[in-house]
Amino acid sequence: MTIAVVVFPGTNCEHDAVHALTLLGADAELVWHRETDLDDFSGIVLPGGFAHGDYLRTGAIARFSPVMAAVTEAADTGKPVLGICNGFQILCEAGLLPGALIANRDLAFICKPIHVRVESTNSILTSAATVGDVLRIPLNSYEGNYIAPPQDLATIETGGLVTLRYCDENGDVSDLANPNGSTNNIAGISNARGNVAAVMPHPERAAELILGSDDGRRLLEGFVAATKTSSQTNSVAAS
Amino acid sequence: MKFRITIERKPGLADPEGKATIRSLHDLGYTDVQHVSFGRAIVLDIDSTDETAALDEVDAMCQQLLANPVMESYRIERIG
Repeated sequence: MTIAVVVFPGTNCEHDAVHALTLLGADAELVWHRETDLDDFSGIVLPGGFAHGDYLRTGAIARFSPVMAAVTEAADTGKPVLGICNGFQILCEAGLLPGALIANRDLAFICKPIHVRVESTNSILTSAATVGDVLRIPLNSYEGNYIAPPQDLATIETGGLVTLRYCDENGDVSDLANPNGSTNNIAGISNARGNVAAVMPHPERAAELILGSDDGRRLLEGFVAATKTSSQTNSVAAS
Repeated sequence: MKFRITIERKPGLADPEGKATIRSLHDLGYTDVQHVSFGRAIVLDIDSTDETAALDEVDAMCQQLLANPVMESYRIERIG
């Protein structure tokens, strides 16, 4: 089955996502944000960019795009849903993930490779990785600074829902290795079930050595594997 | 009738714009400034003659779209 890569007006990383997923042996196709039926897809990616110009707040208008009802339904039924960068912001606005993303601590757009450490493997994004893996992946955002109200933060931390944290090349998580001021160096989170996950840096831009790193594969491989399991479950249910 | 919605970051949450601005104000000698927080204002012109109903409508808009309850609070005032 095919993975849907959703395109909003202003999305700009959709081709990178399709390319990387195709490299990993998956079928992926672009789906316009006005689509209302995603039943035929085995997984969904909300890629990076500036959906609806990022007006009002990042992701705020995108969450009311017609496709989002189908994304929410897919998330509720356990299908893999992955948000990258702007997709992370949209999933938070939609309430599918807790918290919010605000302007970077130093009010600068950050575009550079950074390191993240795998904190949990109970999500579609990290299931093919090992806790403690240090990955080098590009960060490319202005609103990448993760915040959450104290009670949500406690739930995220105690529930093991932090999938990735910013770190240095040795895997040390510190203020110095925090590029954007994210609370507790959070770079990626998932829901409790693990089928909805989001990451601020771009694994799809680190899927080939010619791009400087193929560490992103370790994340996307988990996602692709999850979409295969999901489509098997669906075809069993259908037969 | 016109309404102004003022949206502010909830206290205790990070506010990088506020932090950068207070640093600059202190550098300029305004050392008595204790806190700077950033928000934004949205002005709506509503075709209505019933202020209470219009206020309820604007409140619903804030909850649904205009403010993010995770990190923002808002207040609504009639300005025309």
